[in-house]
Amino acid sequence: MEIRENLKYLESHEWVEICGNVARIGITDYAQNELGDIVFVELPAVGESVVADKEFANVESVKAVSPVNSPVSGKIIAVNGALEDAPEMINDDAFDAWFVEVEITALSDKLLDAAAYEKICK
Amino acid sequence: MKRTPYCGILKEMGGKFVDFAGYDMPVQFEGILAEHKAVRENVGLFDVSHMGEVLIEGEGALATLQKVFTNNYETLKAGRVRYSLMLNENGGVVDDVLVYCIKENETYLVCVNASNADKDFAWISSHLEKNTTAKNLSDDTAQLAVQGSSAINVIGKIFKENDIPDKYYSFKIVDGVFSKKVIVSRTGYTAEDGFEIYCDVSDAKGLFDKVIAAGKDVGLKLCGLGARDTLRLEGAMPLYGHEMNENTLATEIGLDAYIKFDKPSFIGKEALLEQAPAKRRIGIELVDRGIAREHAEVYSGNLKIGEITSGTMSPTLGKSIAMARVDANADLNNLFVDVRGKKLRAEKVELPFYKRNK
Repeated sequence: MEIRENLKYLESHEWVEICGNVARIGITDYAQNELGDIVFVELPAVGESVVADKEFANVESVKAVSPVNSPVSGKIIAVNGALEDAPEMINDDAFDAWFVEVEITALSDKLLDAAAYEKICK
Repeated sequence: MKRTPYCGILKEMGGKFVDFAGYDMPVQFEGILAEHKAVRENVGLFDVSHMGEVLIEGEGALATLQKVFTNNYETLKAGRVRYSLMLNENGGVVDDVLVYCIKENETYLVCVNASNADKDFAWISSHLEKNTTAKNLSDDTAQLAVQGSSAINVIGKIFKENDIPDKYYSFKIVDGVFSKKVIVSRTGYTAEDGFEIYCDVSDAKGLFDKVIAAGKDVGLKLCGLGARDTLRLEGAMPLYGHEMNENTLATEIGLDAYIKFDKPSFIGKEALLEQAPAKRRIGIELVDRGIAREHAEVYSGNLKIGEITSGTMSPTLGKSIAMARVDANADLNNLFVDVRGKKLRAEKVELPFYKRNK
């Protein structure tokens, strides 16, 4: 299982890469491995708002639907539409397969660093 | 939780396990999609030892079958297998089963769903004809399913040609390969050619080792219940507890071919004759993007007409497919499925979704 040092995490297995006031969000390698083959992603639209710790997207494996929570609050400025046609990209490289980019207005107060997140995955 | 004889070895081989019908069972190994594909294109191996087996023996064995099952067993020859429903007095489904004719009139083996094994055994036992016995062999029997177009190449390495059933829904009882007799059955739950092998638990490991060894050069892949579910769904094979249960009228699930009203009587017949089916089973494909899963509501326009009983993203077709239980007289144009509050467009399609080339 891969965990990246430079990212922050939610306990619900999302990662966030914060670059200035823009956050890129995805699900972790641990999450994709637990879910198994991902066959569908339901993404929000550019311009919609997301709220920290609240659901903003869904990933569906063959067996189940799982909500994806946002590590930040803000407005969506980009959506990775490629995931809609090739959701398996998340299985291939979860840290490359970002879901959305968000202009940050606030961070979740529950963000974990890599070491803290790694403990949850055990 | 109960364990099959293969629980330990399959965990060592990388299985991801879940509770299924009270058994600790592998849901997947490499991944559901890869396993599904292996069965569609080559061959896969499933542990199905959780399935239950009930042996019915004695001079009233056939009469017992005729009473408790909806299908007709008068015409079933030794070495043949026939699917049936088993109903309660209300016409609801107690279980769906495979019946193996071991000796005409006298000896039959019934393969039942794991979740229903104890209930079925009790039900059958309470309806036995004179001088007839039922034995629950579920805990003494292991079962492996070798499924896919190349399954014959695996089975051919273990058994002699004479010991391999060549017709679908037929079987051979094979002596001499393992310490006890085994049943080699040409049946399955994947909509592909394949075999199910029943053995005594004392031969479970020996059978597994032989299948793995025989499958090595063929590319046999270990498969879990996840792929078993997507494979059967593409084949539109109903699953007990989803497409039917004790409260489902047997004439509402599209299995009328297995209900023989020309038999003088069977349990549930009266109830079926008294009630017109209010529901029916249909196939649905989503037109909009998404996945219609079990319990999602189905609409015709604004009118709710039923719900999804099984649904998935079909690995073979790349489409969102589902079976739904809807009002028998519903208008099936302008269909929608409510997926988390969004009404996704859908259309009725013919069942099965997938049919193999024979």
